[in-house]
Amino acid sequence: MSTAVATEATSAGSKRPVRAHKPMGRKFALHAFLIVISVAWLFPVLYAILSSVRTYAYTQKHGYLSFGGWTFDNYQKAWQQADFTQHFVNTAYITIPAVVLTLFLSSCMAFVLARYSFRLNLTLLGVFLAANLLPQQALLIPLFRMFRDIHVPFWISDSGTLLNSYWALILVNTAFQTGFCTFVLSNYMKALPRELYEAAQVDGASVVRQFFQLTLPLCRPPLAALATLEVAWIYNEFFWATVLLQSGDKFPITSSLNNLRGEFFTDNNLVAAGSVVVALPPLIIFFLLQKQFVAGLTLGATKG
Amino acid sequence: MTSLETPVITGTRSNAPVKKRKGGYGSLGRLSRGDRIAVSLMLGVPTLLVLWLVWVPAVLSVVLSFASWQGIGGIDTIRWIGFENYKNVFTNYPPFAPALEHNVIWLAMLFVLATPLGVFLAVLLDKEMKGGRFYQSALFLPVVLSLALVGFMWQLIYSQDQGLLNAVTGSKIDWYGDPKVNLWAVLVATCWRQTGYVMLLYLAGLKAVDPSLREAAKVDGASETQTFFRVVLPVMRPINIVVLVITFIEALRAFDIVWVVNKGRNGLELISTLVTSNIIGEASRIGFGSALATIMLAISSVFVALYLRIALREDKA
Amino acid sequence: MPKPESQEHYLASLVPPSARAGVTRRGLLKGAAGTGAALSMSGLLSACGGGSSSGAGGSAGGKPTGTVTFGSNASDAPPKKAFAEVFAAFTAAKKVKTKVNTVDHNTFQEQINNYLQGNPDDVFTWFAGYRMRFFAAQGLVGDISDVWKTIGPDFSDSFKQASTGDDGKQYFVPIYNYPWVLMYRKSLWADRGYQPPKTMDELTTLATTMKKDGLSPIAFADKDGWPAMGTFDILNMRTNGYDFHVSLMAGKESWQDAKVKQVFDTWKGLLPYHQEGSLGRTWQEAAQGLVKKQSGMYLLGTFASQQFTGADLDDLDFVAFPEVASEHGQDSIDAPIDGLMMSKSPKNEAGAKALLTYVASAEAENIYLKTDHGDVGANKNVDTSKYNAVQKKSAEIIGSTKNIAQFLDRDTRPDFASTVIIPALQDFIKNPSDIDGLTSSIEKQKKSIFVA
Repeated sequence: MSTAVATEATSAGSKRPVRAHKPMGRKFALHAFLIVISVAWLFPVLYAILSSVRTYAYTQKHGYLSFGGWTFDNYQKAWQQADFTQHFVNTAYITIPAVVLTLFLSSCMAFVLARYSFRLNLTLLGVFLAANLLPQQALLIPLFRMFRDIHVPFWISDSGTLLNSYWALILVNTAFQTGFCTFVLSNYMKALPRELYEAAQVDGASVVRQFFQLTLPLCRPPLAALATLEVAWIYNEFFWATVLLQSGDKFPITSSLNNLRGEFFTDNNLVAAGSVVVALPPLIIFFLLQKQFVAGLTLGATKG
Repeated sequence: MTSLETPVITGTRSNAPVKKRKGGYGSLGRLSRGDRIAVSLMLGVPTLLVLWLVWVPAVLSVVLSFASWQGIGGIDTIRWIGFENYKNVFTNYPPFAPALEHNVIWLAMLFVLATPLGVFLAVLLDKEMKGGRFYQSALFLPVVLSLALVGFMWQLIYSQDQGLLNAVTGSKIDWYGDPKVNLWAVLVATCWRQTGYVMLLYLAGLKAVDPSLREAAKVDGASETQTFFRVVLPVMRPINIVVLVITFIEALRAFDIVWVVNKGRNGLELISTLVTSNIIGEASRIGFGSALATIMLAISSVFVALYLRIALREDKA
Repeated sequence: MPKPESQEHYLASLVPPSARAGVTRRGLLKGAAGTGAALSMSGLLSACGGGSSSGAGGSAGGKPTGTVTFGSNASDAPPKKAFAEVFAAFTAAKKVKTKVNTVDHNTFQEQINNYLQGNPDDVFTWFAGYRMRFFAAQGLVGDISDVWKTIGPDFSDSFKQASTGDDGKQYFVPIYNYPWVLMYRKSLWADRGYQPPKTMDELTTLATTMKKDGLSPIAFADKDGWPAMGTFDILNMRTNGYDFHVSLMAGKESWQDAKVKQVFDTWKGLLPYHQEGSLGRTWQEAAQGLVKKQSGMYLLGTFASQQFTGADLDDLDFVAFPEVASEHGQDSIDAPIDGLMMSKSPKNEAGAKALLTYVASAEAENIYLKTDHGDVGANKNVDTSKYNAVQKKSAEIIGSTKNIAQFLDRDTRPDFASTVIIPALQDFIKNPSDIDGLTSSIEKQKKSIFVA
């Protein structure tokens, strides 16, 4: 199992004979069960969509078990009240650089770890991996103080320090995600045929050239999978943004949820519309790039 | 989104057909000067970043746990008070015991509900069947949503006056507010998300199980259930352990959803929320909060160590 | 965009105040030129001036320019709108722009410590009381004594006192305050023939009747942890008097004192008449119960009237909380003052001071109170003829009550209030029977906190 699971999954599936001689009753029960559970699993999301397109007045009067009162106004209202445009832009400011930086740094790290043997090789990998698992809350205060005490010019951060700046979040997200990506990438790189490198070395290619022209192009599959995954993860990141940003108008979308409760508190249909809007980007990523998404998770799972 | 940050590295390496040569391809000694600089940068920058933003703060948190400090002013305003904070955490801080209890319940629920259901669904879906992709997508869908959003979304179901649950059952329970039930309500939402995650991990693991093992068991006349428990599950030991570790760490790090619901108060106390409210709140009991944080670090380090052993085992061999 | 200006101010602020006196402007300019930074000279000069006490930018009388940033906890719609209108008028009058940064009310409060040490806005919303003096004593907020020289005559001594730190300097500009009282709907009480209670017995009788009538007698919400403090405050002041309350807040009395237990015991007797499920409810939701005539009365600050509009607002009335012990009568009340403070080193000090001066004016307060109709203006010259009934009565009750407390979480240490009292009161609401255990636990924790 030295290739990505995406391919492995199909081949493994075809290897296994389809058990056709099963009794029809059992098959029916199985599907019935799976349909019921799938619908149950989709239900909260579907219900949110349903609630989001109804007027508050109607549901107040007839209750939520009624049928009617359709409208799209909630979306417009939620979008304006919660200032979603701003928060989506903020999310982009944080997510895009963080994902690019994470992938680049972990590729560098993975390349060295996979390509060269040295004494601290394994220790370093451990240090990276473990970093990913520490409880974030436990690191809060020192990080907070550090960011506060690092003064940067105003063209970098309008707060004058790293605190309350997008950079703090980009850096923290990168530091936390690099471990996982390095691990996945280094395993993938270790599996690349070493003859490639031998040929490159004979040609006198420098390390940098080997990295950019040989390794990175070959790592496109895991990079695509990791990019998908990391976009979703950083989009969903809640804790660091909540505590490291101080201006309400800088919050990325996920952390801004907490501010919404005050604005929406009496109107569940607004809550629903807000939830659907926030859920949309990861759901779109999921549906468009499901294969990458699953591959990303399972890449690690099988040490591709 | 805490849970997704956990990497899913499960060492099903026993099946790996390619045996890699020890270490990398080359040694650092033979590099040219320029290459050396390149390699040091490629290695050094990420390492410094992780040390700076993860490991140094972790160590400093432990150090600060022996301090009394309001977090205002320079380091000279810190008073060192030894183990006083720890003493206070254990003997003189009423929310600590419930928080610990809730973390344990959290863990238990993930194990009792989410994990077995996820495994069961993975086994069902491992077979080729019509609609298999639909089922998988449906079950996996919540995993892409953040727990903060999950908490927000489930409010539509749990809300006292406008929630679906009360509308259907006619009860008047405040699911997120009543301290007797809110932990369970939150846990149902959490399990909703966790199940798909476990399912996916096991699906990957099951696909990696050598089919001939099953065939052999079948030839021996074992039932499907027997085959699963006696043959398949033991083979997937690395995955089992990784899921176990992940579940422990998730249960310890749980934060987002309760923070969104009520900042982890009144029935939803968790160690993570106590740390946060002692540190970032108006209170700023930094030493005290750091002591709580250090307790979290200590508990998690056990599982991190276990995890590293599995993840890196193959490389050591 | 104010960015280049901020940068100059920022660079200037890197020079410690002690050093600034010795550094000639020429020297500093040379230094700045040496770094190659693209600074405008006039900006730097004014930045230097801002640091010294005699500089033109530093005094309230200087010509303020640019943009003032404002950190606001006014996340509810009515006060948010009220501030927006005041700032619009300010910008029109003084040609200084404002940039408002609104954070959820509770979040703002919880993060204040980090906020002030991080990158606070030039001016921000805050509260009078210990909570103000604490940050002043830590040197986290700016001295605005010179602003008070201008605005002083407009305020009574008690407001000036409430704006003064332990060092005798002023740090706070009060905008309004509001009393904590028992609110009810006149029409509901008239329909049912309820009479305002004067004593605890009358309150209990009234509550019993309301319960029989299918109401939840006392609306109650404590999801956010602080509203229950108001109940504790008033019961303690009614039972034990203002002096004991103040001394308890200062950490000088034992929470295990029989007097404190008495308070909890009285509260325990009232709890059955409180709206159930309070720990999952916000005050806004509880106020809605009053609006919808599902609750009989509500003990809260009159800001609750923000939840009332139109005819409902005219129907809102209140009385002071009834007497508990005759020696204290109804001589004390919680009437917290909200206002603005300036951060320690604002990027636009002249603008910040101009804003503070403007907001303190009767003109600005009139604009504010027009929209936020639950509060009473702090400025003496506020146009009270525009007050609605609630505001008029609030002003009366504050004026006629002998002792004014700020509120539990403003009168005691923030770490004590938030990490000890909030969970303790929530525990009490869940399990009111173990008063001994509760008070001993509070006392033990208090001792571990008040040593610092």
